[in-house]
Amino acid sequence: MRYAMAIDTNKCVGCTDCVVACQTENNVPIGYCRDWITETVDGTYPNIEIELRSERCNHCDNAPCVRCCPTGASQVADGGIVITVEDECIGCGACIESCPYEARYTHPDGYVDKCTFCLHRVKEGELPACVAVCPTKCMYFGDLEDPNSDVSKVMKFRKYKTLAPEAGTDPHIFYLI
Amino acid sequence: MKEELIISGRNLPHIDPHLNLWHWQISLYLFLGGLAAGILFFAAIVTLLGKEKEYEGAVKFATLIPPIALVVGLFVLIIDLSHMWYAWRLYVTFRITSPMSWGAWTLMLVTPLSFFWVMSYMKEYFLYWRWKEGWLGKIEGIVDWLAKNRKLMAWILVPSTIILGIYTGILLSAFNARPLWNNSILGVLFLTSGLSTGAATIILFGRSHKERKLFSQIDLILIGIELFLITHMIMGMLAGSQVQLEASELLLGGQFTVTFWVFVVMLGLVFPAILEIFELIGFRVPVYIPALLVIMGGVVFRFVMIDAGQLTRFLY
Amino acid sequence: MSTNRRQFIKISALGTGGVAMAASAYGFAGSFLSVFDSSDEKKSINMKRYPTYCEVCFWKCAAWTHVNEAGEIVKIIGNDDDPHCNGRLCPRGTGGIGMYNDEDRLKTPLIRVKAEDGGEDTFREASWEEALDLVAAKMKDIGDYYGPESFALLKHGSSGKHFEHLFKSYGSDTIGEPAYAQCRGPREAAFATTFGSWVGSPEPTDIRDTKCLVLIGSHIGENMHNSQIQEVSDAIDKDVTIITVDPRASTVASKSKYWLPIKPATDIALLLAWMHVIIYDKLYDEAYVKKYTHGFEELKKHVANYTPEWAYGITTLEPAQIRKTAVEMANAAPAVIVHPGRHVTWYGDDTQRERAIAILNGLLGSWGKRGGFYLKEKIKVPKYPHPPYPHPQWSWENLGEKYPLAQMGVTNELVNASIPELAGEHEIKAWFVSGTNVTKSIPNKKVLEKAMDAIEFMVVCDTMPMDVTGYADVVLPECTYLERYDGIRSATNREPSIALRMPAAPPKYDSKPSWWMAKEIGERLGLGDYFDFDKYEDVIDWQLQKMGSSLEEMQRIGVKKFPRTSGPMYFEDGEDFEFATNTGKIELFSTELDELGFDPMPVYTPHPEPEEGYYRLNYGRAPMHTFSRTANNPNLNDLMDENVIWINPKVAKNWSIKSGQEIYLKNQDGIVSSFPIKVRVTERIRWDSVYMVHGFGHKNEKLSRAHGRGANDTELISNVKIDPLMGGTGMRGNFVTFLTDNPNLVES
Ligand SMILES: Nc1nc2c(c(=O)[nH]1)N[C@H]1C(S)=C(S)[C@@H](COP(=O)(O)OP(=O)(O)OC[C@H]3O[C@@H](n4cnc5c(=O)[nH]c(N)nc54)[C@H](O)[C@@H]3O)O[C@H]1N2
Ligand SMILES: Nc1nc2c(c(=O)[nH]1)N[C@H]1C(S)=C(S)[C@@H](COP(=O)(O)OP(=O)(O)OC[C@H]3O[C@@H](n4cnc5c(=O)[nH]c(N)nc54)[C@H](O)[C@@H]3O)O[C@H]1N2
Ligand code: SF4
Ligand code: SF4
Ligand code: SF4
Ligand code: SF4
Ligand code: SF4
Ligand SMILES: [Mo]
Repeated sequence: MRYAMAIDTNKCVGCTDCVVACQTENNVPIGYCRDWITETVDGTYPNIEIELRSERCNHCDNAPCVRCCPTGASQVADGGIVITVEDECIGCGACIESCPYEARYTHPDGYVDKCTFCLHRVKEGELPACVAVCPTKCMYFGDLEDPNSDVSKVMKFRKYKTLAPEAGTDPHIFYLI
Repeated sequence: MKEELIISGRNLPHIDPHLNLWHWQISLYLFLGGLAAGILFFAAIVTLLGKEKEYEGAVKFATLIPPIALVVGLFVLIIDLSHMWYAWRLYVTFRITSPMSWGAWTLMLVTPLSFFWVMSYMKEYFLYWRWKEGWLGKIEGIVDWLAKNRKLMAWILVPSTIILGIYTGILLSAFNARPLWNNSILGVLFLTSGLSTGAATIILFGRSHKERKLFSQIDLILIGIELFLITHMIMGMLAGSQVQLEASELLLGGQFTVTFWVFVVMLGLVFPAILEIFELIGFRVPVYIPALLVIMGGVVFRFVMIDAGQLTRFLY
Repeated sequence: MSTNRRQFIKISALGTGGVAMAASAYGFAGSFLSVFDSSDEKKSINMKRYPTYCEVCFWKCAAWTHVNEAGEIVKIIGNDDDPHCNGRLCPRGTGGIGMYNDEDRLKTPLIRVKAEDGGEDTFREASWEEALDLVAAKMKDIGDYYGPESFALLKHGSSGKHFEHLFKSYGSDTIGEPAYAQCRGPREAAFATTFGSWVGSPEPTDIRDTKCLVLIGSHIGENMHNSQIQEVSDAIDKDVTIITVDPRASTVASKSKYWLPIKPATDIALLLAWMHVIIYDKLYDEAYVKKYTHGFEELKKHVANYTPEWAYGITTLEPAQIRKTAVEMANAAPAVIVHPGRHVTWYGDDTQRERAIAILNGLLGSWGKRGGFYLKEKIKVPKYPHPPYPHPQWSWENLGEKYPLAQMGVTNELVNASIPELAGEHEIKAWFVSGTNVTKSIPNKKVLEKAMDAIEFMVVCDTMPMDVTGYADVVLPECTYLERYDGIRSATNREPSIALRMPAAPPKYDSKPSWWMAKEIGERLGLGDYFDFDKYEDVIDWQLQKMGSSLEEMQRIGVKKFPRTSGPMYFEDGEDFEFATNTGKIELFSTELDELGFDPMPVYTPHPEPEEGYYRLNYGRAPMHTFSRTANNPNLNDLMDENVIWINPKVAKNWSIKSGQEIYLKNQDGIVSSFPIKVRVTERIRWDSVYMVHGFGHKNEKLSRAHGRGANDTELISNVKIDPLMGGTGMRGNFVTFLTDNPNLVES
């Protein structure tokens, strides 16, 4: 099993619903976030291109955050999901420094927090909160190893890219382009 | 025009708009760790060569610094942990891939050794204490035992201080998310810098002209190596990927250029080297000037690397 | 911590293929969660959910409010059965929880204390008894002295319905809402004259099945009306052709096959040119036009000279581009939608522009067709019995007399009627304002403030200490939609449905639902017969029983769908159909407008352009905010805490202005923004315009997060072009220049 997400940049409108939904689902305190939206604009008016991306932890296969964690609080859970365990974390920040995507943050309670792919929901057979709420249905989630999952299916016929592949982390959020 | 912005109001403390998570605590800790490693390394070598009497400054007096440095270093490190009360978690596991775990365990070894080392010289520091009486009598046995086994301690210290010294650099270079840190040279560079500041400290504590001269020579060599490594590191970045190029910009033509070239390279390396050369050819230079400059350079170097490194990134 | 738990978490990516997730037994899950995240554990068990429909905007999506064991509202999730949201709320709906949690909420009734000797007035806290007594006494006095008609109700949203009932019972139909004359009015008037039917909300646009969607300004994706954006996304999956006409690179422009970066204020020219091509290149639906429309020949003559080449000079759009897009529309017809838009009060000739849009749809035969406009339907909610309303001597209709096509209260006319010098025969003496922040939603602040100064009494019912509350004599704090019962939602759609709103938690502080306020005031006025119930749920239950449901059932399901009774959603080919117009046909040539002495077919009139150094003030929506109401919402403020002013790089260079810099804006009438606004230098905006999101620059200091953040577009809109047909306020003819120094410092 290998969970992954594919996000269609042709449909995402950058509405930030995925960000609020994550906040209310996962008790992310106000002022913090596990996911965020970037906008890139390229060109000169009126010949411009806009790309909107919903970003979060890439659940890297070669995750530097897991490697550098001195306590093992950062770890790989089932299906390749990278998580941190609250009461194993000392808050040294090594994992934050190590993540090329700046996908982690220090929770006000001191431990490091990040996107969990909503493991608690996934485990119950539900979609992650951000995927479930997205009004444009531009996010696909599922098991890459299962050819019939939403991600596998959409990645079969669409072109995609990952962010900062040169960082060598083998990210598992795919952007359909 | 090309624009790239985060539109969901992301404003994570110490992360946005740019990473600013590690502060003076980490810089200071890295410096103190390197310094302690440097001093203890030389003390151990001198001891193994059986030259304790000739280089008393190195084995007996400069070694008063490492226990203090390590305790202070550990203290600032721990207060910097945001989940501090879980710090014990470091010592219930060993993570082979985590430099920080290596560092924690190495410190676990070196810190007590640094204390034992000082204890082993207790009788020499306090010649006139009544070592047979009262509580002193109770520890006399230990002190004597430590003094007898100093060579054993030195054997352990040589590899462990090298690990400690390298670790302060590897800790950073292991983060390939930070292009400024992510190069194979930083480990050796920090080790060299640690040894160099160690040698400089020994000069300050030097008991004889001979000792000061020897350590000036050693320091000079180390400074040479350091300059070589720094050049090498920057050349490497210039030949590297776009993000590394941008990282090198910080040192070559950006926010940290002045601090780096003036305080680290000129005042911290080149100038003391020149002074030491003068001293060696026979001019009279107060030895503490180059030594203090080297130490200052070592401190600033850690601060620059921590602050600048966190500004370098892959995205946005 | 036992070892086997740790093992479970640490199954590596290269592991044995993993424990099948579905197979995880319950106990296993429980222990897993306890190490994983204790807060999640709390959430997934023992959550209660209560049905509601969202009040963060007027799309009214049905949802479930989730409450944890501690009784805290933790999240709001869309109702899967609801056609307005299909189980997915928009960011504002998801963040609606912040409305409930906002610690700046109005907490208790407030009564103005007049300052003695020239100081500033203050509010004092009051009991409900006292506040309601005062409101009722004033309503009685004003009713007795001037007549109840002179007490006006300005309202928006669900709370307005309850006060509307109160006011009609009291004898006033002097009612208006900004969602008409500041919003949809022109398109409703235009579609009514053309198709004999309002567009209404939600718009009956069959976007999910359309092949070509034409957006005139309408910035779907920033305008987050929920099922609409969902359907656009579905259509993108089916490879829809989107044609976006917008001077700004809107989000949807970036997803469109054709983006026509039109020069602002010239849309009618483009629409006429499209008509020209469609008619003269025989691209229209001949059978449809013949059977259903009136005035084709007149139209043909009318647009004879409106060639793409003519339009090019006006709109700056290439003739080839205009022709090509016309062909695209025709190829897709009848599965094509030239979208009416929604906030359409732009330049004062808006009803005519909307007429042009309606006519295009008529030519393409999209009305009543799959992928065009479906025939909408809703179910009537039976009226809870009450005595007949008294007949007011005059009402909003008299105030809007000048505007023959006005079908609802024209707020700006209500405002004018409150100023003795501007008022005609009928004068307004007091306002009851509920659910509308008029100081932000009605332009021409000078006139508005004059009116609020002139009236004798003003009540504001709101949930937040918004700017408007600062003008009130009495402030009535309403609890949020998550803490109350409200009227049953029934709206037009493909199939009729109803939704229930019920409280998920008791009202916080000393706030109360508006139905209760209306009833209490009504009883004090001796109108108890109109409020013959104890609790509003009794009314709802009575209505639901009549509809074959019950309160109990709706509490369980939240949304109930009903089968259509008016027939299919689309016309059969050649089916007879009578439109509710004078001719019974789709009026390409409007007999009604002709009779009234207006242009029966739209013409293009040029609009003023900015002078040197000035830029057209363009404004719109941000997806995570609704007007001014969400600016202080902690969750949504977190996503965007101020608006910024978009400036084209060329302009920014001329002014040496940089992104992130704070500037003040000054409009053509010398009005300077109260607060500075940060600059965003971006290619998404033209060099002749600037753009900002509406709803920021709040003045009330009690809004701890929103106060002073960003600028208020409304205060810069002092040049208002009134639509002669329905009284709408054209707001896009204002121009601003930049002040790079703080004008307040310069002056003093
Ligand atoms: N997130 C969010 N969504 C909302 C709301 C909200 O507050 N927040 N409010 C809802 C309500 S009540 C309404 S009425 C709708 C309004 O939403 P819309 O009906 O989409 O509003 P418009 O005014 O058409 O859209 C503004 C767009 O018009 C463009 N524009 C400006 N001038 C011109 C011009 O001269 N010609 C053309 N072709 N385009 C121009 C602007 O660049 C901008 O992109 O949104 C609804 N949806
Ligand atoms: N400059 C400018 N003006 C505009 C527009 C624009 O884009 N620019 N848009 C126009 C359009 S399209 C529209 S539809 C109108 C909208 O105009 P309004 O409906 O006036 O919009 P808001 O500013 O959201 O004001 C809503 C008020 O209701 C309050 N409120 C929220 N929930 C409740 C509740 O449950 N009970 C009560 N009693 N009050 C509540 C909020 O706190 C807020 O004060 O504005 C129009 N005016
Ligand atoms: S919810 Fe969907 S459309 Fe909105 S920003 Fe997130 S991914 Fe994009
Ligand atoms: S994105 Fe960052 S936090 Fe997530 S797995 Fe990769 S390195 Fe770790
Ligand atoms: S902050 Fe916590 S999770 Fe991150 S590396 Fe340190 S101990 Fe591990
Ligand atoms: S998967 Fe879950 S935790 Fe991750 S961003 Fe989405 S909602 Fe947040
Ligand atoms: S569109 Fe969004 S804000 Fe409007 S009612 Fe639906 S969920 Fe609420
Ligand atoms: Mo509106």
